[in-house]
Amino acid sequence: MEKNKVTPAFKALLIGGSAGSLEVMLSILPALKPLPDYAVVIVLHRKNSEDNTLEELFTVRSAIPVNEVDDKTQLMPGYMYIAPAGYHLLFEANGELSLDASEKIHYSRPSIDVAFESAAEVFGNRLTAVLLSGANADGAQGLVAVKEKGGTVVVQDPLTADMPMMPQSALNVITPDFLLKTREILPFVNNLN
Amino acid sequence: MVDDRHIEILINEVYDYYGYDFSGYSMASFKRRVDRIYNLDGYTDFSHFLSRLRTEPHYFKHVVEEITVNVTEMFRDPQFYSVLRKEVLPTLATKPFIRIWHAGCSTGEEVFSMAIMLKEANLLHKSLMYATDINPLVLESAKKAMFPLRMMKQYSENYRNSGGTQDFSQYYIANYGYAKFDDEFTDKMVFSQHNLVSDRSFNEFDLILCRNVLIYFDKNLQERVLELFDGSLSNLGYLVLGTKETIKFSSVQHKFQQLGREKIWRKIK
Repeated sequence: MEKNKVTPAFKALLIGGSAGSLEVMLSILPALKPLPDYAVVIVLHRKNSEDNTLEELFTVRSAIPVNEVDDKTQLMPGYMYIAPAGYHLLFEANGELSLDASEKIHYSRPSIDVAFESAAEVFGNRLTAVLLSGANADGAQGLVAVKEKGGTVVVQDPLTADMPMMPQSALNVITPDFLLKTREILPFVNNLN
Repeated sequence: MVDDRHIEILINEVYDYYGYDFSGYSMASFKRRVDRIYNLDGYTDFSHFLSRLRTEPHYFKHVVEEITVNVTEMFRDPQFYSVLRKEVLPTLATKPFIRIWHAGCSTGEEVFSMAIMLKEANLLHKSLMYATDINPLVLESAKKAMFPLRMMKQYSENYRNSGGTQDFSQYYIANYGYAKFDDEFTDKMVFSQHNLVSDRSFNEFDLILCRNVLIYFDKNLQERVLELFDGSLSNLGYLVLGTKETIKFSSVQHKFQQLGREKIWRKIK
């Protein structure tokens, strides 16, 4: 269990979303500034478990380089990682990603709750978690865990989200550190450094 | 909420009492599974949970069943099965006898998928599928060759997407909410308990499938299991892993050649 005592020295930015979040991501990706202190991890719901088009789309558009995620991929600051379809995404104390094909949560795998909760354990106050648009309650409990561990909680203002249910479900259980209109998300991320 | 110290104690106690070694499991996932069963069973005090585990072997079995992930489906990842059908089976067909090992077979869905493909390739008569799992309960379930009828729509769709051209429903009989698969498949299967952590190689195989099992292990244990597979494969035999698992960075990598971008490796040394 020695490995559990090592903690990654860098910070993590997690962004979760479902229906209506892809458009937000695609609009901010090309304008992102480098985040040399952060590993950026994107957890989006999607339908087809064999679909790699999201990775390809992000790789082409993102101003931050995208690293492919396999099981036990080592996170590195300055890079972006996309949660693969069909697996829950978990974070090991040594900075590795683990995949898990167990039961869906909120009809979703990857589940945003699972990723946020696991990242909160490992990154504590060095984690910033952003929850975007979606027609589902996934992510709300995850944000509660992020907050409990001292992380920073960011929610897209449901009034400006394509699908308000996901951010609204979060607001029902937690007061975010930042409630951001869609157009405020990019400047927020670019000012993290 | 179960914390890291609890997990450490649990791993030690379970090893002392039952000889199961979970120390090489991926901690993020293992902890989440333990936390899940701890909450499902309504515990608020970890010592109560531990004491019941120690004193009730039956409860321990139940916990192992819940901790190990048993989510599986027939023809999961149809694209992968399509490659298996087109590129791997024709090579195996030249052998007089085909031995296949499904390591971590869970409730058997992938074993039956394989059996169906072997039958369609006219290879079933000379094949033997060894299906193993750490969990005896899932093996009992797999042996029955019965799967929920409500899943058949999804499975036949997967089957067609994998290149299957037959009427999928010919392979089972619907009965009381279950699809019972034909005995000609189970006749070619051997089910047995096997723990990848502690048990050794038990035969030489032409094809080993272990999909979405290594993800629950840390890198050291993954390495050991890959060595076990390497030692259990015949020359030019195939190793199949899950879509996000890899032998890259492992010590056996140089002995294998990958089939394109598929998670299929052929043993060349």
